[in-house]
Amino acid sequence: MNQETNYARKDSRMMMKDINQKLPDFKVNSERIARRVKLNNFLKHVFSMSTLFAIIVLAVLLYRIGADSLGWLNLGFLSRNLSIFPEKAGIYGAIIGSVYLMLIVIPVTTILGVSTAIYLEEYAAKGKVQDFIKINISNLASVPSVIFGLLGLTVFGRILNLGSSILAGGLTMSLLVLPIVVVASQEAIRAVPGFLREASYAMGADKWTTVRKVVLPVALPGILTGSILAMSRAIGETAPLVVLGIPTLILKIPSTIMDDFTALPIQIYYWTLDTVLTPEYANLAAATIVVLLVVLFVMNSAAIIIRNKFQKRF
Amino acid sequence: MDDKTKIRQLIQENVSKKKNTTDKIMPRFFLLMAFVSVAATFGIVATLITDAAKFFSQVPISEVFSTKLAPLNANPSFGILPLITGTIMTTVIAMLVAVPIGLTAAIFLSQFASDKMRKILKPIMEVLAGIPTIVYGFFAYSFVTPMLMKIIPSLGAKNALSPGIVMGIMIIPLVASLSEDAMNSVPDIMREGALGLGSTKLEVTFKVVIPAAISGIMASIVLAVSRAIGETMIVTIASGSSKAFTLDITQSMQTMTAYIVEFTSGDAASGTTGYYSLYAVGLLLFVFTMGINLIAQHISKKYREEY
Repeated sequence: MNQETNYARKDSRMMMKDINQKLPDFKVNSERIARRVKLNNFLKHVFSMSTLFAIIVLAVLLYRIGADSLGWLNLGFLSRNLSIFPEKAGIYGAIIGSVYLMLIVIPVTTILGVSTAIYLEEYAAKGKVQDFIKINISNLASVPSVIFGLLGLTVFGRILNLGSSILAGGLTMSLLVLPIVVVASQEAIRAVPGFLREASYAMGADKWTTVRKVVLPVALPGILTGSILAMSRAIGETAPLVVLGIPTLILKIPSTIMDDFTALPIQIYYWTLDTVLTPEYANLAAATIVVLLVVLFVMNSAAIIIRNKFQKRF
Repeated sequence: MDDKTKIRQLIQENVSKKKNTTDKIMPRFFLLMAFVSVAATFGIVATLITDAAKFFSQVPISEVFSTKLAPLNANPSFGILPLITGTIMTTVIAMLVAVPIGLTAAIFLSQFASDKMRKILKPIMEVLAGIPTIVYGFFAYSFVTPMLMKIIPSLGAKNALSPGIVMGIMIIPLVASLSEDAMNSVPDIMREGALGLGSTKLEVTFKVVIPAAISGIMASIVLAVSRAIGETMIVTIASGSSKAFTLDITQSMQTMTAYIVEFTSGDAASGTTGYYSLYAVGLLLFVFTMGINLIAQHISKKYREEY
């Protein structure tokens, strides 16, 4: 790369000498050009530094968390329940809590999100209703997550009297990630080419049959990818759950969706806050972060594999 | 009746017979679901406004715009200015980190990097963007703060500087990817034209690409500001809960988001003024981020150059 630009510089200098000899009145300021090329090369390296900075930060972050969790992350940690004693503490309850949370978020966001996307792309006439829904969805996406917590606290916690149960947390989280599912599903449905729909109509199928048997199967990989990304957002989100008022120490493993619960990010939060009193909590938090990151990594890899393997291009 | 109309009639009959009930019901079902999604937005606005209204009926407006915030005192005071300065402080620090690094990374990725490099670098940026904020919070508190303490000995264990910097790092991928998209959408023909006239890549970037992509770049920065204002867990963990009215970045302070989290995790009994103050702060936060997003949409629409 560098050598290439060096050659280019030499070439241009020779060319300039040539021009200067042949056209004595036409002066090319070769020094100025050399300066410009130098500045170009210098700033290119400066710019690459900032990309490098991001990579270094990522590496340091992963290294620090890995190092902190070393010796703390083991099978016992995964299978034991919470405890105020660091050596005895585990995250079994938090894992179960997170799984329950997903069991609510997945069906709710899929039904609401995919239906909304189908309506917007397949049924809605271009006009005010469609614009109105679209603006609302994009606005919903920009609301800070902590505000969703306040919504959940009022509507699910207080008005519907669900308290800080798994159901309240799951519904709050569903609303938070709903825009992601809607937008991803919309894009997937939009990418289904028109000739497939037309072929289906030409065979005498009605609209719903076309949507069900042609559009949705073709759009499915895109919808799945979007849904998995939404899940990975939901599984790492903390603020709305904290606002719902989840207690610090929950020793009971939840068994129904009406039970109080704790989740992986909540546990990280409380352990990090309490490191002042018990330094070992930092190790527990780091070990929990490793578990969370592994889960996220698996989910995102699945999304990428689905996108690359099953998505048809037309 | 001739054959043609007869056939037409037959087809009509057949069509109306075939159009079964599910085909009629499904659009309505989907519309209903779409309105449930929309209802969430109205739910947010309604809950915030109702409970914020109760707050404003209990607290005089002069007290709201004062610098004294002491919600748990026997004689509580609800001045919001400390929270606003706290939010501004962390947001400004985050922008000082995210904008220069994010923009130059975008320039590098879209103008200088080879395809091969881009294929490696972009996924790394995406990983950085996918890390939950709670993880960044842990990183700020347990790594960045102790590191900064070695450089600035007077730094408190909880401060505004460390979460601000880490928030900036978190936002780098957002600025970088949105700005890169904007720069990539500048047609190659313009780049090639400028290169053909003898410009260096740097000159092409600054004199052609950036002016052409400026609307997208500005919008990315504005969105980054809104993200920084709404960010919660990093500041909750790493900046503590001091409610003093200060601009000292080395000491503990509180942002609007952190106030909401601190107050809901147990302190506020439902129905008290302190509880309603959450919604007032939430409403303000909602208005801020919504306003900023509308500005971003306006910028990217109004100043977009069409090619």
